[in-house]
Amino acid sequence: MLPFLGKRLLQLIPTLFFVSVLIFGLQQLLPGDPALAMAGEERDPAVLEQIRRQYHLDQPLHIQYLYWVGGVLSGNLGESMRLKEPVLTLIAQKFPVTLQLALMAIVISLVIGVTAGVISAVKRGTAVDYAVNALALWGISTPNFWLGILLIFLFAVRLGWLPASGYVSPFEDFWLSLQTTVLPAFVLGNSFAAVLMRHTRSAMLQAMGSDYVRTARAKGLAEPVVILKHAMRNALTPVVTLGALELGTLLSGAVLTEQVFSIPGFGKLIVDSVFNRDYAVVQGVTLITAATYILLNLLADIAYVLINPRLRS
Amino acid sequence: MAASEALAIELPHESPSARAWRRLLERRSAVFGLVIIILFLSIAAFAPLIAPYDPAQQSWTSIRKPPSLEHWFGTDESGRDLLSRIIFGARASLLAGVVSISIALVLGVPIGLLAGYGGRWIDAVIGRVTDAVLACPFLILAIALAAFLGPSLQNAMIAIGFTTTPIFVRLTRGQVMAVKVEDYIEAARAVGNPPMRIALKHILPNVLPALIVQATISIATAIIAEASLSFLGLGQQPPAPSWGSMLNTAQRFLTNAPWMAVWPGLAIFLAVLSFNILGDGLRDALDPKER
Repeated sequence: MLPFLGKRLLQLIPTLFFVSVLIFGLQQLLPGDPALAMAGEERDPAVLEQIRRQYHLDQPLHIQYLYWVGGVLSGNLGESMRLKEPVLTLIAQKFPVTLQLALMAIVISLVIGVTAGVISAVKRGTAVDYAVNALALWGISTPNFWLGILLIFLFAVRLGWLPASGYVSPFEDFWLSLQTTVLPAFVLGNSFAAVLMRHTRSAMLQAMGSDYVRTARAKGLAEPVVILKHAMRNALTPVVTLGALELGTLLSGAVLTEQVFSIPGFGKLIVDSVFNRDYAVVQGVTLITAATYILLNLLADIAYVLINPRLRS
Repeated sequence: MAASEALAIELPHESPSARAWRRLLERRSAVFGLVIIILFLSIAAFAPLIAPYDPAQQSWTSIRKPPSLEHWFGTDESGRDLLSRIIFGARASLLAGVVSISIALVLGVPIGLLAGYGGRWIDAVIGRVTDAVLACPFLILAIALAAFLGPSLQNAMIAIGFTTTPIFVRLTRGQVMAVKVEDYIEAARAVGNPPMRIALKHILPNVLPALIVQATISIATAIIAEASLSFLGLGQQPPAPSWGSMLNTAQRFLTNAPWMAVWPGLAIFLAVLSFNILGDGLRDALDPKER
């Protein structure tokens, strides 16, 4: 296990290096003088000079990069031009909101996706299988911001059951928090559920055609036991890894969902920052999401090795 | 002798492309997808001839009118005809889908060929760069790129194209790795073909089916991505119509004019669904191993 972990961590170094180059490089795409673009409406030469000094824009590019990476490694992602607060502080404030939304979305998508995938595989070739597949195709093809708008219209405008937008922390009022997040979490989990369903279905079909399932059946075990205890337990292993690879989609989806439901997570933070030309925040959020994604993938790889005895040795 | 003659009669010569085309047409869902795509392409190409009104023409006497015989899809907050805006909006969405995936193909395929066919260290460097781009969530990187490049449809297409490139790099590389150990590639090398010729003449045609399937499915993703960027205000800029920006406006009038939110979303859904099911059909028709 340790050599695997060491090798895997070693592989991360060049990836992290290129991620940092990519995100630092975004700054170079700004047309004209970056200091002018960062200053927004401000045209005072003294302010521009201060920005140049603060971001080392008067230095050669590789020195600018080293300063930036040095800052990132010491936890300094720069300062928000608009909110005059460190970027890391802003992200730390918004992250729990997005995390709550993402966790709820994962639970919803696991329940829907895995259940539908197992049913579809067990009922292969029947009307149920076709219906579940059609539902998955619908889930993948529906833009989640449209689904969000439609659900707001139905549940908030027409039925008045749930609030149309806003967010309440679960530590303030748990019940109200659930009411404000259940629709966005469902919207966010919808396409993820469709992807999980497809993965689960194909993994289950493979497992159900295997020798150990045939043996279990030959031993006279009841079909639900064969499906739940033998086929499903093995089929879910690759689903964990494939699911982790799709988590980036979930983070992307959070940007739109938070925008539709006016939820103050870091998706909304990046969009607001884009329109306020708060470039340090845009870079910071991109960097943190990339780091989160890399970390989740690493954890998924470790989990895969831990639950798969053949790989452990 | 008689048996081989009988076989020759039963299996008339069919070119690979004709076989793939026949297989595709045998799949009803794929044909449905293809028909809808052709319909959307025709709508986009002949928009000025089909649209009943000028998509930008405002009318203060018909603000937020529900669907009627005069305005089939209703009107928006400025009295503009929604059907005409949906018809013209098809241009932005399909253009973004096709152009951004073309960018990804033009960048991704040569880099993938280089990674798969080049030396070990070239492959290692390209692999790590690809990992790095893939580590940034697709839409977040596209938003960041569009933010730094400036909001416009052109920049949205560049951002989507760039962020989709790693998918084609990986796909091409994987296919090349599988194909390059085949006997016919060895033979081509043995008779003295230069590497470039082998890559383009012998390897690329074998990689093509997988690329066609992936490109079709990626167009669906690109259409959603363009709509998402336009929804956030980073794609097509007003007053030019785009399905994503129409949904953004519609959200503000959900109580009084819910029809404004129905049509653009339905259009995105249908376009994306069509490319997805055509992609699935193409996979079955071109790459039976993947079925």
